[in-house]
Amino acid sequence: MSETQNLTVVQAVRDGLYAEMREDDDVLVLGQDVGKNGGVFRATEGLFDEFGGDRVVDTPLAESGIVGAAVGMAAMGLRPVPEIQFSGFMYPGFDQIVSHMARFRTRSRGRFTLPMTLRAPYGGGIRAPEHHSESKEAFYAHEAGLKVVIPSTPYDAKGLLAASIRDPDPVIFLEPKLIYRAFRDEVPEEPYTVPIGEAATRREGGDVAVFTYGAMTRPTLEAAESLAEEGIDCEVVDLRTVSPLDREAVVEAFEATGRAVVVHEAPKTGGLAAEITAIIQEEALLYQEAPVKRVTGFDVPYPLYALEDYYLPTATRIEEGIKEAVEF
Amino acid sequence: MYEEVGPTVSVFDRAYDDPVRVLDEDGEVVGDVPDLDDEALVEMYRHMRLARHFDGRAVSLQRQGRMGTYPPLSGQEGAQIGSATALAEDDWLVPSYREHGAALVRGLPLKQTLLYWMGHEAGNATPEDVNVFPVAVPIASQIPHATGAAWASKLRDENDAFLCYFGDGATSEGDFHEGVNFAGVFDTPTVFFCNNNQWAISVPRERQTRSATLAQKAEAYGIDGVQVDGMDPLAVYRVTTAALEKARDPETDRPRPTLIEAVQYRFGAHTTADDPTVYRDEDEVERWKAKDPIPRLEAYLRSEGVLNDERVAEIEAAVETRVADAIEAAEAEARPKPREMFEHAYAELPQELERQYEEFAAFREAHGDEAFLEE
Repeated sequence: MSETQNLTVVQAVRDGLYAEMREDDDVLVLGQDVGKNGGVFRATEGLFDEFGGDRVVDTPLAESGIVGAAVGMAAMGLRPVPEIQFSGFMYPGFDQIVSHMARFRTRSRGRFTLPMTLRAPYGGGIRAPEHHSESKEAFYAHEAGLKVVIPSTPYDAKGLLAASIRDPDPVIFLEPKLIYRAFRDEVPEEPYTVPIGEAATRREGGDVAVFTYGAMTRPTLEAAESLAEEGIDCEVVDLRTVSPLDREAVVEAFEATGRAVVVHEAPKTGGLAAEITAIIQEEALLYQEAPVKRVTGFDVPYPLYALEDYYLPTATRIEEGIKEAVEF
Repeated sequence: MYEEVGPTVSVFDRAYDDPVRVLDEDGEVVGDVPDLDDEALVEMYRHMRLARHFDGRAVSLQRQGRMGTYPPLSGQEGAQIGSATALAEDDWLVPSYREHGAALVRGLPLKQTLLYWMGHEAGNATPEDVNVFPVAVPIASQIPHATGAAWASKLRDENDAFLCYFGDGATSEGDFHEGVNFAGVFDTPTVFFCNNNQWAISVPRERQTRSATLAQKAEAYGIDGVQVDGMDPLAVYRVTTAALEKARDPETDRPRPTLIEAVQYRFGAHTTADDPTVYRDEDEVERWKAKDPIPRLEAYLRSEGVLNDERVAEIEAAVETRVADAIEAAEAEARPKPREMFEHAYAELPQELERQYEEFAAFREAHGDEAFLEE
């Protein structure tokens, strides 16, 4: 058993970057304020001193430049890990993401591949200014050619980041900043990977399957514990990768109970919950005992923080959604 | 409102690295003083003091947990007040997110600025008679808007000018290139005002571009570019006035758009979430603090006999009262109603959204606010 350290999610991200940069000289980090400043959330702290300015690069303020340059580097065989400071600022780079990052392999019939991992903090609940709280993973899940990974624990953050960096294809790695420092976990010092595309069961239970990911995993587990006192036993599945989805895990958990709830903070329409529901319809219709319940953000622009508590799903909202699915 | 400040050619026909100056660091006159009456000069001074005091209070409100993340402006009052003062009544201001001082010159109540940073959308609802666009947080994204808005004014023969603010970091964004290029091509009445405060969070100005100046970027777009001492409010006023006049006047043989690089420094952090001691030296900060725009203008106005101890004290007291009143009013504002999240998304609420609201309202009715405000 290797040594472990007690780390937060953001420390585990930093540790994952450090470990992969130690392992592979082709790995480099580029973005705004990632160098001397160590990242606005300290996700790259100390890396500049350790690896120098050629591998931990402060760029001009230009997201399209950051993503596009990383595409070029990756096409030449480097493993760039561009950081966009907040996911709300990815859009100037969106053209590079969807037109090139997602399609280089396809367009060149495999002549060029892009082993790159675009990291960005995402999600709400931290009283942040405008455009700093959105949860738009569905954009990227909708784009073929990308993998979209969202860890919810320090252990997974390090392991999934390593898997993403080592993956031959481009990964959008979204970090739930609400839980960057919310809790700690034992994280091995040695490098390790957590496989992309595999969900994790966070709680076992025989009455209803609850699917979630990212920062919503914690209030979902809280709701499950509270319902256990009322005799409702929830299975909680943390998807961990939202593209490609772990269909098998979704179907298996659903078939056991015939009831499902999906929880995410992103808006409802066109969100991942709709995709999970469709998978259930396609694969397990005859097991269905109740409509699939979606507990999500609303179809409105993410509000400024005076109203964000009303926008984000809370444990109580999740509990009510679960009860609906169970009592149907 | 104000008289012209002489032939515009003198402001634009100069080397890009030769900033326009009017006052030196001690407030001594070193250039052409714009023709402003005493009252207007005192008003500029009052606005700068107001912006500085507001800024200090806002930072402290954030520290006390009474406001969210806030971007301070101290050090940048000369650029903001000097330029906004140059606007004519019908002109427009297109801000980024740090121009609280410029906005107050245009009549945006301080309470609104506070509300915005306290997380209320109402802070962005500028009053009908205040020609100020909403705050734009994504870097450089407001620049094409300023071009398009000015273009609309030109198409309607209104010929109002649009003053657009952004920082040194913004000049690296695609939106800067696209917005300024359009302005050149369509000859729109836009003044692009770059608050070059030397730092884009931790990234220094020289990391943004290999260009010796930002002003010279105008050359490639075929428009005028000029550098100004951004901590000299009178120089900023002079340059901005000339640029705005040229923007409004279709008879001029010069291109209407101008790129102004106002060289300045932010004394504080990028935002209250930032710690500048990690990336910049205290010596550098001290060097720039010697250029503080407020004592400079004050020294000049005292030497002209326009200000004395008594008037300064009077202004100080009035500024403190005004900010205190604004804070009180903002803090007295009730938490917005959740319905507001829904009702402004479309002119007419789509049926599905109405349904989502009803579900929300029924849940709130059954469980109370504690079901949302739980930790």
